[in-house]
Formats: sequence, C-alpha cells, structure tokens
Amino acid sequence: MFPRIVYESFRRQARRKLLAGIAITLGVAVATAMIAVATDIGDKINRELRSYGANLVVTPQEDTLDVEVGGVNLKPPSDGAFLNEADLPKIRGTFWHHNIVGFSPMLPVIVKLDSRLSALSSQNVTLVGTYFNKPLSFGKEEFTTGVRITHPWWKVSCGDGKEAPNCGWPDDNSQSIVVGERLAAKLAKKPGDTLEVSDRKLTISGILSTGGVEDDQIVAPLALAQQILGKPGAVRRVYVSALTKPQDALAVRDPKTMTPEVYDRWYCSPYVQSIAYQLQEVIPHSHAEQIRQVAQNEGTVLSRIKGLMLLVTLAALFASALAVSAAMATAIYERRVEVGLMKALGAGNLGISAIFFAEALLLALVGGLAGFSTGALLARQIGWSIFNSQISVEPVLFPIIMTIAVFVTFAGSAAAIRRAVKCDPVFALRGEG
Amino acid sequence: MSTIPGTLQTPKQVADRRVQSPHTSMFARMLLRAAVLRRGRAASALLAMIVAAAVATAMMNLYVDVQAKLRSEFRNYGANVVIVANEGQPLPSDALAKVESVLGAKTLAVPFSYAVARTHDGQSVVVVGTDFTRARQLNHWWKVSHWPDRTNEALIGMRAATAVSPKRQPFELTFQGKAIQLAPAGMLQTGAGEDSRIYLDQSEFQSWTGVAPSTIEVAANGTVAEVEASIRQLAQLLPAADIRPVRQIMEGEANVLNKTRATLYASATLVVLTSALCVLATLMGWVFDRRRDFAIMKALGASERLINGFFAAEAAALGVVGAILGFFIGIGVAAWIGRANFHAPVVPRFSVFPYVLAGSVAVALVSAILPIGLLRRVQPAIILRGE
Repeated sequence: MFPRIVYESFRRQARRKLLAGIAITLGVAVATAMIAVATDIGDKINRELRSYGANLVVTPQEDTLDVEVGGVNLKPPSDGAFLNEADLPKIRGTFWHHNIVGFSPMLPVIVKLDSRLSALSSQNVTLVGTYFNKPLSFGKEEFTTGVRITHPWWKVSCGDGKEAPNCGWPDDNSQSIVVGERLAAKLAKKPGDTLEVSDRKLTISGILSTGGVEDDQIVAPLALAQQILGKPGAVRRVYVSALTKPQDALAVRDPKTMTPEVYDRWYCSPYVQSIAYQLQEVIPHSHAEQIRQVAQNEGTVLSRIKGLMLLVTLAALFASALAVSAAMATAIYERRVEVGLMKALGAGNLGISAIFFAEALLLALVGGLAGFSTGALLARQIGWSIFNSQISVEPVLFPIIMTIAVFVTFAGSAAAIRRAVKCDPVFALRGEG
Repeated sequence: MSTIPGTLQTPKQVADRRVQSPHTSMFARMLLRAAVLRRGRAASALLAMIVAAAVATAMMNLYVDVQAKLRSEFRNYGANVVIVANEGQPLPSDALAKVESVLGAKTLAVPFSYAVARTHDGQSVVVVGTDFTRARQLNHWWKVSHWPDRTNEALIGMRAATAVSPKRQPFELTFQGKAIQLAPAGMLQTGAGEDSRIYLDQSEFQSWTGVAPSTIEVAANGTVAEVEASIRQLAQLLPAADIRPVRQIMEGEANVLNKTRATLYASATLVVLTSALCVLATLMGWVFDRRRDFAIMKALGASERLINGFFAAEAAALGVVGAILGFFIGIGVAAWIGRANFHAPVVPRFSVFPYVLAGSVAVALVSAILPIGLLRRVQPAIILRGE
C-alpha cells in the first residue's frame, strides 16, 4: 500500500511535483555552482595575480652592487658574477614545478649606438637580452617560457599602440630586436628599420611599450646579448613567476631551525619562501629572493577575494535552502484534504508523515541529481566566460550536495507536515483548515 | 469567509463592534482582514519577501562597494603614477605641492632624488634622498628593521650593506669630493633594485649633494579613468616633466578587479534569482490557498478588474513592506561582511533602494497574477465545492 500511495501521488499530481522538483533542482544547481566557484576562485585569482609579473628573482650569490638610476645601469657590464643559462631548465625540476608559471632570464649589456645618431646626449644605451617565448625542455617535458608570460604588460606594436602583422615580437633565435617607445621616438626609428648596435646591423621588429625603464632600452634575444657581451651562456638574473600560497607563521620561519617534520611541511607548501629555497637548490651559486612588492601583496588580495566569495556562497546556500523549503511547504499545504481523508480512514500520524517524507526524499534525490548536473554546467560556464579556463566540480562534492539537498528538503517539509498532520480532518475535508 | 476557531462573539456582537469601529473602505478592510486572519501564512509570505529583499540589498551594496574596497587594497602595491623630470634637470621645487593640490590630501606623493656616491674603497653606490614618513606609507612591502629617526642615519639596502657596512659600523661616502659620515639605522629588504641602494632623508641628502628631487612616485586612488584624468591634469601643471602610469600596477589591478567583479556579478545574480524564486514559491502558495476567497468574490458579482486589483494591491503591499524591512536588514548584512572581510564597514548605499523596491514589487505582482490567471478559467462553483 505504502509504495502505491507514493507512486500514485507522483503519477496523479505530476504538475505539483514538477514545481517542487524544479525548485529543488534550481536551488541545488545554484548551491553546487557557487561551492565549485568558491573552492576554485583562489587558484583562478592566483593566476590572474600573475599579471603583476614575477614574484621571485634569482641572482648570482656573489653579485656586486647594482648601480642603476632611472633604468641606466652604471655598473661595468662584465663586472660581477653570472648565472649559467644551461641551469635554467632545471627550474622545472623543483618540487613545485607545476606552480611555476614561467621564468625569464635577463642580461643587461651597455651598447654603443651608431655615432651618427646625434639625437642622444650619449650613445650608450642599455640592451637587455631575454627570452620572448622560448621553447625549452627539461627531461621529457617540453615547455615555452619568456617575458610574454612573466611580463604580460609588455606590449609590442608598430609604435602607434596598435598591433599589426608586420610588427611583433622577435624570434628568440633571430637577430631582431624591439626598441623601447621613448628611445625609438628619440632615434626616429620604426619597425622594419635597421639599427647599428655595437657594429652589428639589427632589424627592429617592433616598438616595445612597458610604462617602465624598458621604454628607454633595447630588448633583444638572450643569445644576441651574450654575443655582444662576449660571454656565452651568461645570465645576470632570472625572474620567476610562481603560484604561491598566502604566507603564514610557518612560511617566514628559518628552515635551518626547523625540526625535520616541520621542515617537510614547510618544504611541501608552495610558500614564496620555500619556492625560493628550492630554486636556490637547483641553480648552483644562486640567491633567490621574493620580490616583496608583488609577493607580499598578492596574499592579502587573494585572501580578501576568497573571503568575499565564501560569504557570498553562504548567502547563496541560505537563499537556495529557503527557496527549497518554501516550495516544499507550499506543496504540502495544498494537500490538507488528502491528509484529512487519510486520517478519516484511520491512518496514524506516523504513517502520514512517512508518506510525505518518502515523497520528499524521492523529490530531493531526483532534484538533487538534476541540480548537481545543472550546477556543474553552470560552474563550467562561469569558468569559461570569466576566467577562460575550466572550473571543475570535484566528484567528492556529489555526496555532500545530495546530503544537503535531502536535509534541506526534509527541514523545509517538516513544519508543513507537522501542521498538516495536526489539523482536524473535519475542517480539512470541509476545506476550512 | 472562514470561521475563526475559538471566537466566542455572537453575530450580534460582531455587527455592533463593526458599526462602532471607524469606517474604512471595504477594499482596505478586505486587505487588512486577509492578513490578520491568516497571520501564519501572511507572515511566511512576508518573511520570504524580507529575506529576498535583504539578500538582494546586501549583494548590490557589496557589488558596488567591494570595488572601492579592493582598489584601496590594490594601492598597497605602491605607486601607480610616476613623475620623472626631463633628463638632466630637477623637478621644479613646488612640484610636490602642485601634485598634492591636484590630487587631494588622500593621495600619497613621495619625492625621490638620486646620486651615485663612492664608498671608502672606491665602489659606486646609489644614494637616494626621500621623505621617510611618506615612503613608509607608500611602500608597505618594504621590510625595514628600523626606520631612521636621527640626523645622519641612513636606511641601507641588504646588498648595499654588505658593501658599505657589513658589521653595521658607521661609514663614509663621497660625492664630487664632499664626504659625509653616516650611521646605519636599519636594513631594507625588498628583493628588487632598492636592495642595492642607501636611503637618506631628503634635506640631509640635498645639503650634502645639492641634488633636488627628480622623481615623484604617486599612489593615485580611483578607477582607471580617474587616474588617467589626474595624469592629464598633472601633465598640464608640470610641462617640464614626464608623467606616466606604471603599467605593471595599473594593468594587473584592472585585470584582477575585472575578474573579481565578473565573478561577484555572476554570484550576485544567482543569489538574487534564487531568492526571487523563493518569493515566487511562497506567494503563489499564499494566493492559491485563497482560491475560496476568490471564488466567493466572483460568486458575489465582483468584476475581474476588482479581483485582479485586490490581489495586485495585496501583493504590492507585501512587496513594499518586505522591501523596506529587507533593505535595512540587507544593509546590516553588507556592513557585517565588510567588517568581517575587509576590516572596514561597507558604506550603506541608499541608491540601491529603488531597485530593491521595484524588484520586490515586480516579483510579488508576478507571483500573484500567475495563480489568478490560472484560477480565472475555473468556475467559482467548482472551487467552492472544494475540488
């Protein structure tokens, strides 16, 4: 009898059940999507924060002082120590290599421009050698890296701010260069021209605009800068862009004073400090340091945005729980006559409640399943349209969401069921409950 | 009308009371009595309305305010505008005052002047003159062991320290033949170019080297458009200088802010839609429930317009009351979120009230009109028979 009553109730009152089912589906979908977005937002914003540029810098251990004012380095370029370019791919061999978004080596060289260009007060200009988008391999892993990843605000154009096909980034193996916009204006050079730099004729492939000191410099492929300096394989410093975890009390401790256990935990957390430590391990004679302007601030921004999304998610959960309860309460309230009839025929309160709860359970399971799939789609849609990347819903979320759906449906029904069971069958049947 | 269980008044008493009570129009009386007689159902409909309006208000308030909150968070990244003197010349001496007069008191502007000095063993080192109080406010990320507070004290970059004062002893620097004795006050660590420099107080620096500030770093508040407007204003004021935005900071900020705003927008829309759904479910139930009232009115000869007007007025009243109560609760929630997450209260924005009010009334009207539309097709006799 019990299964039949439940079955017939679904068959005969399909419209009402559909309404309640839709409410549960929508509520669960919003909850699923919001939980998925909130759990993934940290990682997504962390990647967006990389647009502030590198957060780590690797320099030679015994480096001399930089004497740099307004982007002009007054230090004799062959002075001081260098890193070895051949060591760089090892950066991908560190423990947290998946968190390393990219790195760019830098080798500044002071070059003499063609003496006929008298527009400059001095013919000395800094030429920086770097990777633009260089393919490298470490072990079996192939990857590309360079300033286009670590310095996303660097823009190359024809000098008019627009990107066009005939000007662009130079190839990493070419003899082409990009010239900073202010320097290009002083020299009256445009893309396609040749520039004589230290007795080499180099083609200008584009005008570089960065809003920083590079606007007065020349940026060239690393190999070219090494040839000019006469030091093959030399690199002055390496900028590393890594996804990090906001720092806490453990992060700032000195690894030398840690117990082995704490050390393992520190080493296996992607703190900017531990990634710096690991970079020092793989690159010989190096010193890795966080760039505090970038590294220190991203933690705060990240935790603010995560906190905000958590609170918004709570609001979403609250609203969807309320919507589900409201729909269930309405659905049950409409069936007082049925309750009256069952009671008049001698059904106990327990039996009637059991029927309603069984119906609610069925609705919650079906609505929860549909809502979970809809929510997963919704989260994916949000991920693609806002972050251009996947927001995946963890399978682990499924039982949690289903439990919440059943719980909320029961909670929403409970008050209405109690009221329906309590009412006098006479009033209910007369339609006056 | 249904009987009220537990009333002990005879029809005569009721009639007497009604005659004596102040005369109100039938329409208003029907509205009020409907709410009073079914308190439970009316209260739950109103509650749903209040919650939805509160959630919507909180979301809209946050959406508007969070951008300002995040922007001030982003100002911790330091200067977003740099003013550089043209090559070889210092900035005019009133440049700093001009910058501050244009950008207002809340903006931080920090002057810097540079010189290359020599240490006792002939090594070159960059010495910078600045205003320490301002630099400290601008560059929160500088890790400084101790800020200089006496004359002839200098702030020394980590790497500069190993060259000039490895044991933190006083040291001598010379600039164009003029020597100065300095004591290290503290160490500066930033991981960037500052580590190789020595920082001095501007007035001491200037009396030693005679070099005036050549750079002003500015942390300008506001949206990208506002910052660009300030840059244009400054360019007019200081024609002899090059004023440029720090693209690294500006673009990074715009990027993160846009993504956050889009996410918040999507979430807020979902939340508001869900709460509208909640109102819809509750209110539709509340109207459906009163199909007998509807049938009686119809049977007594009420016109379609009157019935529609009655239910619409009822829904609108619910919407207005719910919106007003919900608005204030929502402002409280937004303020709490601001305090909990940003450690600064979210300023209540009364400009969102019309939207909340209009939205609430619209949702309430839709949820009243929908069931009425369905009921209109049914004969009153069928409803009254309880089918």
